[in-house]
Amino acid sequence: MPNESNASPLLTVSSSPHFHGGDSTRGVMIDVLLALLPAGVMSVVLFGPRSLLLIAVSVLSCLFFEAVTRRLLHRSFTLGDCSAAVTGVLLAFNLPVSAPWWLPVIGAFVAIVVVKQFFGGLGQNFVNPALVGRITLMVSFPAYMTMPQWPSPRLLQSADAVSAATPLAELANGTVPSLSQMTTVAAPYNPLSMLLGLRPGSLGETCAAALLIGGLYLCLRRVISPVIPLTFAATTVGITWLAGQNPYYNLTAGGLLLGAIFMATDYATCPISRNGKLLYAFGCGLITAVIRLFGNMPEGVSVAIVLMNILTPHIDRLTLPRPFGVEKARRGRKGEQA
Amino acid sequence: MNNRYTKELTKGLLAENPVLRLCLGTCPTLAITTSLKNGLGMGAAATVVLLCSNVVISLLRRVIPDKVRIPAYITVIAGFVTLVQMVVQAYLPAVYDALGIYLPLIVVNCIILGRAEAFASKNPVLLSAADGLGMGLGFTLTLAVMGAVRELLGAGTIFGLPVLHTPMLIFIMAPGGFFVFGLLIAAANALAARLGRKPAQKSGCAGCPAAHECAGECQTGGNDQ
Repeated sequence: MPNESNASPLLTVSSSPHFHGGDSTRGVMIDVLLALLPAGVMSVVLFGPRSLLLIAVSVLSCLFFEAVTRRLLHRSFTLGDCSAAVTGVLLAFNLPVSAPWWLPVIGAFVAIVVVKQFFGGLGQNFVNPALVGRITLMVSFPAYMTMPQWPSPRLLQSADAVSAATPLAELANGTVPSLSQMTTVAAPYNPLSMLLGLRPGSLGETCAAALLIGGLYLCLRRVISPVIPLTFAATTVGITWLAGQNPYYNLTAGGLLLGAIFMATDYATCPISRNGKLLYAFGCGLITAVIRLFGNMPEGVSVAIVLMNILTPHIDRLTLPRPFGVEKARRGRKGEQA
Repeated sequence: MNNRYTKELTKGLLAENPVLRLCLGTCPTLAITTSLKNGLGMGAAATVVLLCSNVVISLLRRVIPDKVRIPAYITVIAGFVTLVQMVVQAYLPAVYDALGIYLPLIVVNCIILGRAEAFASKNPVLLSAADGLGMGLGFTLTLAVMGAVRELLGAGTIFGLPVLHTPMLIFIMAPGGFFVFGLLIAAANALAARLGRKPAQKSGCAGCPAAHECAGECQTGGNDQ
């Protein structure tokens, strides 16, 4: 490189492959941040400037904890790879707009320090940091996180209705219109308002259109393969449809799109091969559907993804591709050898 | 000589802390440390049993036949556990209810059986008493610290007195127990490293109850009788 004047070696000896694709962690993470931008903008439009405050607090605390922990553990400085910023945005997207400002700080501590850095940093975490942050907050502060009434977008608020049950809770209660009647209903359960995010929910999950745009961008940039989001969403929607629930709401309500596009596809915690990805995403979808249908919580996306994260190493071993020309090793019984 | 007693008494606090360095007695540690009071109660009960059983087993060490020593130890330990259980039930019914099944389960607590096997069966009475008391104090201290942390963060109280406004409920649930346990092990390792000791690892044969059966074969791999 021309600008490195001092002691730059003339010849670089390295092992093959010698072509560098130009991809870097930083590039991937910036793509993810860009893909999250539409949903972020929509959250500010829908829920007001407080949404921006929560996202900012979450991102800044993630960056802060990452820098401090790396420093204390005498490891390299990693703020530049932007992975902590992605975790911060995802964590904030999982909070209701009414959350107190210190909630994302605690979530960021759990996500970055406990889940990510204690296990060795980016790539070593065995579960998605932002999701464990969210689950910890949900279990620890149910008063702020799992209220039956979630804040509604400002556009929907009238003087006496600041919060309402989420569509998923209504789905579980059976008070949601069926496929044929839903074009005639008003605001929160109208198909268009579900698509645009005019419904109660957490910051980043409500606007299905913005999440889909982000997902499309990531697929076109080949940052993620569409296998996981498609399989995940199709499994959940298919199973709940077979069980008699309205498939449109199961797709657009709750955190399914946010989880399937942005959380389940985390490189470090999902399987490598295509078959592995299929199996993993099917598991995510199945657990989500089972929790939605039978669980005592209305939503199960985060728990489903974390459970499948834990199974990922086993799925990877199970779906190891066989090298060309190699015969499958015969299973000999232990007793036969002795 | 004096030196030896202090060594046996203090080793349980950090150097050979049964929970944090030897990783024994994990089940009661995780299960009952939801409050400081429970931690202290469990620690005290186990300490009394440990002290008494170490003394008795040390006295009987030349009488108990080698082949039936484990049943013999358990019988001695179970006797003291029954005593302690009755005393706690009579005088501290609240603690008795809180400890539940974990109080009678002290019988099979591996710390107590481990000390009987590894120490009391080979050492004179007074040394065994010091060992039992030291290990018991280490166990109690650890449970008290864990109970205090979990009660403070998870219920917002200390000894039932309100301190924190908004508790983090996860700390009095099972995952919170594992979080605090892991962090305390890390802290104990860091402290021990600062004091110039090796970090906790495979405890080797010294702490292993099966040591004189296997004579180190478990580590070399040749364990076929």
